Amino acid sequence: MSEKSHLLKSFLIETAVYAVLVAAYFFLVLHFMSGWLASLFDRSNKGVYATVALLLMIAQGVVLEVTTTALLRFIRRRTE
Amino acid sequence: MDFPISHIHAHPLYLIVIGFIIGVLGGFFGVGGSFLAGPALRLIGMPWNFAVGTDLAHIVGKSIVAARKHRALGNIDVKLGAIMALGTIAGAETGAQAIQALKRHGNLNIVVSIVSIVVYLSISGFMGWDTIRTLRASRGRPAPKDADEKADETSFSHVTARIQRFRLRPMISLPTSGVASISVWLIVAVSFVGGVFSGFLGGGAGYIRMPSMVYLLGIPTHLAVGTDLFEIIISAGYSTFSHAMKGNVDILVALVMHTGAAVGAQIGAILTQYFRGPKIRLAFVPLPLLGAAIVIYTLISGHKL
Repeated sequence: MSEKSHLLKSFLIETAVYAVLVAAYFFLVLHFMSGWLASLFDRSNKGVYATVALLLMIAQGVVLEVTTTALLRFIRRRTE
Repeated sequence: MDFPISHIHAHPLYLIVIGFIIGVLGGFFGVGGSFLAGPALRLIGMPWNFAVGTDLAHIVGKSIVAARKHRALGNIDVKLGAIMALGTIAGAETGAQAIQALKRHGNLNIVVSIVSIVVYLSISGFMGWDTIRTLRASRGRPAPKDADEKADETSFSHVTARIQRFRLRPMISLPTSGVASISVWLIVAVSFVGGVFSGFLGGGAGYIRMPSMVYLLGIPTHLAVGTDLFEIIISAGYSTFSHAMKGNVDILVALVMHTGAAVGAQIGAILTQYFRGPKIRLAFVPLPLLGAAIVIYTLISGHKL
């Protein structure tokens, strides 16, 4: 297998794992936090809501990618 | 699906697909994609203030994903991005003040619409003209080797070199971008102007900043895309917080959009590796045109998208 197709295959696997984690994260937030987030929004203290909103976006961006990378590294080590 | 914060009803798949498209565009061109996300959210009945704030929140997440990928590919100049973020934030505040002043005079919509049409058409026209000239000039020359793939060229480089000769201290070097010496004030000025447009027209204004970095600061296109995304994280993060404080962010909608955008951003970032700078810039040309078309439509029809 050429290096380019090997890279493409790795990227596709990584993207698929990442997509599953992102979707799971969203459903978890929706299931467990939507009521709390809505009530936080309705309360007068918007500072807490703003902080939580930003942290949720950052978590979705950073933590999930780190998790994907760690997961793939673990799988590769087990299969090699 | 009902979203209890902004009180809208939307199909999650619609939001995921919109997020995915914007994610690919953002990862590939280094733009926030608000010219598409704003109208897309307005189409499902989201109030204007929520559309702006929610779009910014999703831009933060998407830019983090794309910037991390670009960083792994060596496409981010952190020093340049950090300086630009300062200029962008200051400019965004100035742009927002200009909007408030226009609101008081009551002619906000027409001024913003005309300015945005002129800006969008100018960027598209200039980039199209330059890229075609650059590609014609490089025709027949051998393709660069792997190590030089990110080395860039524009037909405007003689002007860029003249701009770089502006020597108002402090001067810094940007080794990652291949710039030996440049005035900090020049970087701040370019990002400030981008910030003004961001505050004035809404969104991240990557459609102004990315070309400005290439043509005015002499940054290679791949690095301009990556650095712009890094810079957007800081400036859009600041704007998101500010909008959330004013109650303009529906974080649940932003998270659904980001589900698609996160995947799209990874694909867009990887795609940049398969294209040289002028080709990326040529593909960029239709984007501001699309933005201009949306504004012209809103002016003619009276529907604010």
